[in-house]
Amino acid sequence: MPEQLLQFLVTGITVGSLYALVGLGFAIIYNASDVVNFAQGEFVMLGAMMAIALLSAGFPLPLAALLATLLTVLVGLLLERFAIEPAAGAPVVTTIIITIGAAILLRGVALLLWGKDFHPMPAFSGDAPIHLLGGSTLLPQSLWVMGVTVLLVALVRVFFNRTLLGKALLACSFNRSAAQLVGINVRVMLRLAYGLSAGLGALAGILIAPITFSSYEAGIMLGLKGFSAAIVGGIGNPMGAVAGGLLLGVLEALGAGLISSGYKDAIAFLFVLMVLFFEPTGLFGHKAAERV
Amino acid sequence: MKDNQWKIILAAALLMIASLAGAVEPIKVGSFLSVTGPASFLGDPELRTLQMAVDGINAKGGIKGRPLELIHYDTGGNAREALNFVKRLIQNDKVDIIVGGTTSGDSLAVIPEVEKAGIPFISLAGAVDIVEPVKKWVFKVAHTDRMAAAKIFEDLRKRGLTKVALITGDGGFDKSGREQLLKLAPTSGITFVADESYGNKDTDMTPQLTKIRSSDAQAIINFGFGQAPAIVTKNIKQLGINLPLYQSHGVASKTFIDLAGAAAEGVRLPAAALVVAEQLPDSDPQKPVLLAYRNQYEAKYGPVSTFGGHAYDGLMIAVAAMERADGADKAKVRDEIEKTRGFIGTAGVFNMSPTDHMGLNLDAFKMVEIHHGVWKIVE
Repeated sequence: MPEQLLQFLVTGITVGSLYALVGLGFAIIYNASDVVNFAQGEFVMLGAMMAIALLSAGFPLPLAALLATLLTVLVGLLLERFAIEPAAGAPVVTTIIITIGAAILLRGVALLLWGKDFHPMPAFSGDAPIHLLGGSTLLPQSLWVMGVTVLLVALVRVFFNRTLLGKALLACSFNRSAAQLVGINVRVMLRLAYGLSAGLGALAGILIAPITFSSYEAGIMLGLKGFSAAIVGGIGNPMGAVAGGLLLGVLEALGAGLISSGYKDAIAFLFVLMVLFFEPTGLFGHKAAERV
Repeated sequence: MKDNQWKIILAAALLMIASLAGAVEPIKVGSFLSVTGPASFLGDPELRTLQMAVDGINAKGGIKGRPLELIHYDTGGNAREALNFVKRLIQNDKVDIIVGGTTSGDSLAVIPEVEKAGIPFISLAGAVDIVEPVKKWVFKVAHTDRMAAAKIFEDLRKRGLTKVALITGDGGFDKSGREQLLKLAPTSGITFVADESYGNKDTDMTPQLTKIRSSDAQAIINFGFGQAPAIVTKNIKQLGINLPLYQSHGVASKTFIDLAGAAAEGVRLPAAALVVAEQLPDSDPQKPVLLAYRNQYEAKYGPVSTFGGHAYDGLMIAVAAMERADGADKAKVRDEIEKTRGFIGTAGVFNMSPTDHMGLNLDAFKMVEIHHGVWKIVE
């Protein structure tokens, strides 16, 4: 039993790290614009698919990963410039619907480019499992996922807390007009938020593709899970989203292992509902004060 | 101006119809396939095969001088759509025979309509229920999941393995396969020591497999299709489980080997002879049929799949029956399909009878093992 538990935890933390990265993307855009970007899952898919395409075109892995991330960032910036910005001033709901439309468009383009098949990606450092105590095993790729997630989360934290740019972005989230008044270019900040989210999503996709494969549809479920992570952690709180993602991943693995694998997703979403019932602002969210 | 244009187009269309009426009446073959949707990787090669085969037959002068005309609709894997399209094929298009029904769900949904209308229907789907109990007008050409189960058990017995862990997805194919495996196990001397499931869109099955690892299973059976079995295969290696793994005929395509990579090594599964055509002995009567179909398909579209082969078998059985019936009279064609004996198709040798509307036996499956990234027949 204890060795099983350890295996479930390893699985949960690997998958949870991924949810955390996707959730982080949601939180950053929400912070900057109060918009839930439902194309976040598609950024993940695009990152993975482009990396796979570049790899098969003969690029070495680091270069393919870098290019795929940059291209996805470009897609994020274009999305902001040509779909979100023209609707500036529109109600938040309208903008959210635009992101849903963008998600469908991106999925369609991916379908045309790469077809309906699932595509494999080689693991960064081999497929030989690492044996832990009691027969549990760990994939080298899982270490990559966890390691890079820790690194990215730390970088995002430093960015928001220590750099002027990050603080400016944070200022937009607290009060957009006040931020504009002190000379922050809100429009540029919004672009930055989309670019950053797209980049994080792409990296998440590239990290996980060797474990799960990728296809044009792969972003839907990941997007939903990342969104759940962001909500559980209190939407708008980047570190909350990370905690929410890890919690969700571990819960899923434990649910599948200890209760029933058929109810894996149900357990995760039930947890999200419970959190919303008892802590409507999320586990780590600020208590919202309605302004009058 | 616009109105005039329409009149001209209408007149032209009428002229064309009039000129066609003078020609020989074609035999209409109706089809409904899941060319898009989750089962598109089945329906897509099926449609291509039908088009290719119909063109081939017409180039040779059709059936008794009458060309074939293929009328097909895409169900998108939706059983309700399938029923609507079959009604349309029967009532509006007035087809002479129906060859189609990519998924078991699509095929089962249209059976009452087909039986009511009295039109021969050859299904391309897998479920046993399609022809059991026997329905007067319904036939099928694809292997059943029960045959796959029996073939896997046969191989397990040969290796002296009796305690088996089962892991299946939540799709129709998976569930039906699981049912057949559980039903056949007691009479085959197999005991299931674990019975796990996963969602077909899941990306990680290690929790379920961890449970299997701590059971006393001697082998693992995974029944499913799509990417999930490939993930299961990788997860098994990843957890360091060294048990023989059996997959179903649902993954008998190159895609599975590509996805699972090195983890696929040593995986066994029952597959149609099409995937190992060139390894068959020259004395095998199926060999020339398989190679001919494969070469023709690959010259036109790329890698062949067993699913397209089912469409080929279905159409060719229908064509042979129409040749024997000397036309497309529905009742006569039905009787002739039922009399199909020794027909060599891509799925095996068909011997139909009034009590067996499929006509394949266990020999139609070959047990294959993945060896250095290619299929090898296990003897």
